[in-house]
Amino acid sequence: MNSAGRALVKPVEQGVGVFSAMLAVFARDVRVAFRQRQDLLNPLLFFVMVVTLFPLGVSPEVSFLQQSGAGILWVAALLAVLLSLDHLFRHDFDDGTLEQLVLQPQPLFLLILAKTLAHWMLTGLPLVILSPVLGVMVHLDGNSIAILCLTLLIGTPVLSLIGSIGAALTLGLRSAGVLLSLLIIPLYIPVLIFGTGTVAAAAEGAPVGGYLALMGAFLVLALTLAPFASAAALRISMSNS
Amino acid sequence: MMSEPLLQAVDLECERDERLLLQNLSFSIVPGTLTRVEGENGSGKTTLLRILAGLNDAWTGELLWCGKPRAHDRESFHRNTLYLGHRPGIKPLLTPMENLRALMAGRRPVNDDVLAQALAGTGLAGYENVPCRNLSAGQQRRVALARLLVADEPLWLLDEVFTAIDAEGVKAIEALLQQRAAEGGAVLVTTHHDLQVPGMRRIVLGGGRGNE
Repeated sequence: MNSAGRALVKPVEQGVGVFSAMLAVFARDVRVAFRQRQDLLNPLLFFVMVVTLFPLGVSPEVSFLQQSGAGILWVAALLAVLLSLDHLFRHDFDDGTLEQLVLQPQPLFLLILAKTLAHWMLTGLPLVILSPVLGVMVHLDGNSIAILCLTLLIGTPVLSLIGSIGAALTLGLRSAGVLLSLLIIPLYIPVLIFGTGTVAAAAEGAPVGGYLALMGAFLVLALTLAPFASAAALRISMSNS
Repeated sequence: MMSEPLLQAVDLECERDERLLLQNLSFSIVPGTLTRVEGENGSGKTTLLRILAGLNDAWTGELLWCGKPRAHDRESFHRNTLYLGHRPGIKPLLTPMENLRALMAGRRPVNDDVLAQALAGTGLAGYENVPCRNLSAGQQRRVALARLLVADEPLWLLDEVFTAIDAEGVKAIEALLQQRAAEGGAVLVTTHHDLQVPGMRRIVLGGGRGNE
């Protein structure tokens, strides 16, 4: 090993910009995920299986499915996201890349936001894309399916963002899974209620603008506050490890 | 020659599991020096390094970065400090090249030729595009160590750098650290390896108290 010709040591005055650092974090997470495709398929398979099992287990009648289809899809999507949350920081924590992330000069909450967005793109977005197919399967009409997709599109990033707080908090613990669910599910309930409420309102022909606005507000709230909370939680988990 | 301390610890104290791990620990790290943190297993070497790196916030006392409290300018502190821990910070699914690129992306832009050269410098030529999980433990450590060849941070905090490295590699790292100190960098290492470098400073931990 030699580093001949390197200049004398000087303080580093200027670092890398925040945006390119975020982009690098995002790109690395996506690359790692595509090297381990079965992890990508897990939540999707779970989603499809739960939705398929409902007609078999409860009732295949069209009226029942039409009425509860949106709820089934939302609950399945919520649980699928919950299932994938433990991976958000766990692997990075184990191999030490999370330490290096915390020590980067850029604000930690922005780097975590990039990680969370990557998580949503790899789990939430595929669920949204798949949901019309499953919507047809549970006999939802075209309008309901469109509204359902829209609510999932707004709602799943909220699930990822809120989930990142729980994942960061339970990072140092050995049996994190149960605690993570207990912490996060209560925070998911409002999103679930308004998500399914929107579709129900649309099915009755009522205006959905108010519902969608509220869901948008959830998203903005989560987008602005969750990364701060996750960053703080992550620092605590780091201190205790 | 600069002699103003880069990092200064005053009355550092840290409690862990209701045991006082570090107590009355004061020292300063000046540019151009190599400091070894010594102590038995469990004497708090890793904890001290994690505190200094900014990973562990459960301590009392004062840490001064360039004469000012570190909390005042955390960004400049992180920009100028390189920490390598027990966990190498290497993603097993990525190749050494991708790993290095990702690690440097948050620090300073480095082009691939320089990174390839650094990997070659740690004896990993020809392994640039092999996923790291197919490499041996020592080779994975070497990927992390390749960062030392491109790093320009003035302060290096290295925890157990010699773990899983062969005799040849250990010699090369020793030489690198010595050269780094001669160039005006500050290096702090913990190791159980018998490091012999002229002019090396020591921080001895143990028995709940430390001194310089």
